[in-house]
Amino acid sequence: MKRSLQTRAAIIVAVILLSVYGIVGLPTSPGDILKNMQENIKLGLDLKGGSHLILQVQVQDAIKGEADQVIQRLRDDLAKQNVRYTSIDRNDPTSIAEADNLRISIKGIELNDAGNFRDVIGRNYTPWNIRTESSTDYTLELKESELIALKSDTVSRSLNTIEQRVNGLGLSEPTIQLHGRADAQFEILVQLPGVEDPARVKKIIGTAAVLELTDVKDGPFASRQLALSQHGGVLPLGTKLVQERPQPGQARDGGSFYLVSRTPVVTGRDLRNARASRDEFNRWETAFTLTQEAASRFGRFTESNVGNRLSVILDNQIVNVATIQSRIDDSGRITGLSGEQESTDLALVLRAGSLPAGIQYLEERTVGPSLGADSIRSGFVATVVGLILVVIIMLAYYRGAGVNATVVLVLNAVMLMACLAYFGAVLTLPGIAGVILTIGMAVDSNVLIFERIREELRGGKAVSAAIDLGFKKAFLTIIDTHVTTVVSCAFLFMFGTGPVRGFAVTLVIGLIANLFTAVFVSRWLFDWGLFRRRDAAAISI
Amino acid sequence: MELFRDTNFDFLGKKKIFIVLSVVLLIAGITSLVMKGGPRYGIDFRGGAQVYAKFASKPPVNEIRNSIGAKVPGNVSVQELTGDNEVIIATELREEAELETIRQTIFDTLEAQFGGGGDKPDLNTISSELLADRLAVPLTRNGVNINDEERKTLAQAIVVFRDTNRSGILSSVGELSAVVGVNEGVRKTLEEEFSIGTFTIRQVEVVGPKVGEDLRRQAILATLYALGGMLVYIAFRFEWIYGVAAVLAVFHDVLITLGLFSIFDKEISLTVIAAFLTLVGYSMNDTIVIFDRIRENLKITRREPFPDTINKSVNQTLSRTVMTSGLTFMTCLALFLFGGPVLNGFAFALVCGIVVGTYSSIFIASPVLAYWRHMMDARKGPAKPARSRA
Repeated sequence: MKRSLQTRAAIIVAVILLSVYGIVGLPTSPGDILKNMQENIKLGLDLKGGSHLILQVQVQDAIKGEADQVIQRLRDDLAKQNVRYTSIDRNDPTSIAEADNLRISIKGIELNDAGNFRDVIGRNYTPWNIRTESSTDYTLELKESELIALKSDTVSRSLNTIEQRVNGLGLSEPTIQLHGRADAQFEILVQLPGVEDPARVKKIIGTAAVLELTDVKDGPFASRQLALSQHGGVLPLGTKLVQERPQPGQARDGGSFYLVSRTPVVTGRDLRNARASRDEFNRWETAFTLTQEAASRFGRFTESNVGNRLSVILDNQIVNVATIQSRIDDSGRITGLSGEQESTDLALVLRAGSLPAGIQYLEERTVGPSLGADSIRSGFVATVVGLILVVIIMLAYYRGAGVNATVVLVLNAVMLMACLAYFGAVLTLPGIAGVILTIGMAVDSNVLIFERIREELRGGKAVSAAIDLGFKKAFLTIIDTHVTTVVSCAFLFMFGTGPVRGFAVTLVIGLIANLFTAVFVSRWLFDWGLFRRRDAAAISI
Repeated sequence: MELFRDTNFDFLGKKKIFIVLSVVLLIAGITSLVMKGGPRYGIDFRGGAQVYAKFASKPPVNEIRNSIGAKVPGNVSVQELTGDNEVIIATELREEAELETIRQTIFDTLEAQFGGGGDKPDLNTISSELLADRLAVPLTRNGVNINDEERKTLAQAIVVFRDTNRSGILSSVGELSAVVGVNEGVRKTLEEEFSIGTFTIRQVEVVGPKVGEDLRRQAILATLYALGGMLVYIAFRFEWIYGVAAVLAVFHDVLITLGLFSIFDKEISLTVIAAFLTLVGYSMNDTIVIFDRIRENLKITRREPFPDTINKSVNQTLSRTVMTSGLTFMTCLALFLFGGPVLNGFAFALVCGIVVGTYSSIFIASPVLAYWRHMMDARKGPAKPARSRA
């Protein structure tokens, strides 16, 4: 008897120590205890505050981009081969569902050029299938396998870029991953615990950040019509019209138009670095440096274009226009920003590179820090009040055994927290629901056992026999209730979404801990009580 | 202390009263559900944009509704959370891109109407980074000489104080004197350069059509599968009719609680789904305890009429039923009373669910067993005594 008591005591002590270590680690000062606890038990966004975003990569953008490049190349290739045509165009899929329907149509190929044309396509455009529409018209469409590859490449590049941008913000423990929802399509999950200004982060994530340094051909014009009429109604070959970005405080469509070259001298891909800095008037700007290869290209260009104007275009809006004074090699700057934050953010997105496709937010949940703090406070008060009530009643109703129940309940809670810490699980609001059901079932297990012992005592059994029988009979019931719940949790975990899963995980952990505490630990407490008072004719229950 | 010693209530005899009560509750709930056109789904399942805003004093609900309703398409609901000076502004479901604009419009409208006014940034809505940014120049001008690092720490301390000590709303710059590092110069700068609005954003939820539909389907599916799993396990451990009886009882609990949600006009959100799952688990637990006792008693006393065995089992477990239910009920009541607005719907489901779940084990699940046995016996002939296969 004594031996078995000691072995069991050793197991219990080991579990307690392991649990306490899991929660508070090895504190060296009283202040450490709280700090380690906060570090080890991670709170979910709903309790702590922060943003949960689900965004969808608009893969059709990347496919359209690919098609545009192909059209450019095709025009050059056909010109080289002297193949004449009347038009090359593509259609414009606007949603993910239509992405697969992208077609490039080439019209007006003369009959005697047809063979030549097919040769060019067959040689240089292998990802594309060619279809004959009529004797002079053809369409190109991307092969199935190419579409799949292009889409998944777009998503992973977007994920990478977003990851770099978010990491650059220096938030603590952000999560950026592909969203595992059952029928998720090109979705990315971003979780930002403790973020203060979600609107800013959303802007940083969502900015396309396509930077172009382009020479200005003409302008400014007050309107698009004016610009067109100056050039006889059509844009000169290889140029485009770009509007100036509205200055802070200016109406949204107030900027004037410039006619710029279609092919930029330098793009965002040529950047080596970008950072926020201040100019000679202490105004914020974003300075950037170019890679070696781009720098020599840029140097040559600026040298031969002194006196001409150069524009900085960001996401198809002109940010700056300046006259080239002398040869510029490897650096440039973007001015006219509203403050430190904008210049840091711009530097950040430029460093991370541009997004290969647009993104759309499907879901946003933001819990402000003040609400998070309030939730923790009220959740804590409610739990403590509830527990104290439970303990008082248990003690009043079961007296000595009530002490057992209290010890066991506290140990259960400690083990549950420790398991969460060890598994790195986060405690969320639905998780708290799991904790409450765990406490309910833990109370129930104790009550079941105590009531059985009382029954056996009433039936005239000796104390030790009553305890033995009480535990044995209650054990069957406890197993049934616990297994039923674990079975249901398994289904919840398999088929549920995030919050429902959190509930299931917490509950399963709590139930396993409860089997240990309510059956094993509680039994040991009773046996130990008996052992201390060998002659006990009655127990306090 | 012992409350129920050797009780011998005729529970099955009283089943009619409770079945009538259940039927009344079910009809009331279903009527309410039909009249309101289904359950009131929360933003998670319904989709749309929802903003929680807290005000310094009682929020002007009508004013908010009018100003936002004028700028946002569709129906805008503004609901006041009693006692917290908080309102929930909710819009209809729209396409994702449009929801994004709507959210911004709500922010801008609130800021224009209840913000600090003028061009000065609002201390109650500013982030610590932006605060640090905007403090830089004026602090130097007012002769406060601190380096960039110290300025950022100061801004952070101010924002943390606002959010944790003042629940997000400052009423004057003077309150900030309690913050380490706020001296005369800093106070002067804050007063000169910033305004103090009367509201702050507590929570924002924007759920687009794609996600909302998915969440709803998955929550329902998961719950149904879980119920099925329980049925199979109980059928395996007891008899299949026990499984059916237990699942019927749980179904009854969920339906009644759903009805109560509709009657009290509470929203079904993802958190409430977790509460429903909790009550399913709880009610199932309660039923199994009684079934276990019935099974055990059937082994001992094979010749007793089945209803007597059920009554005996319910009486034997009565003490535990009252203790467990009472204790869990109190825990949930504490949650309902002190848990704050976020946990309110959740706690409401549990408080209702525990009451309904406890009596359904006795007055729904057990009578189903008795009725089934009665049917079987009637088919076999009245002479045979009840026997259990378990």
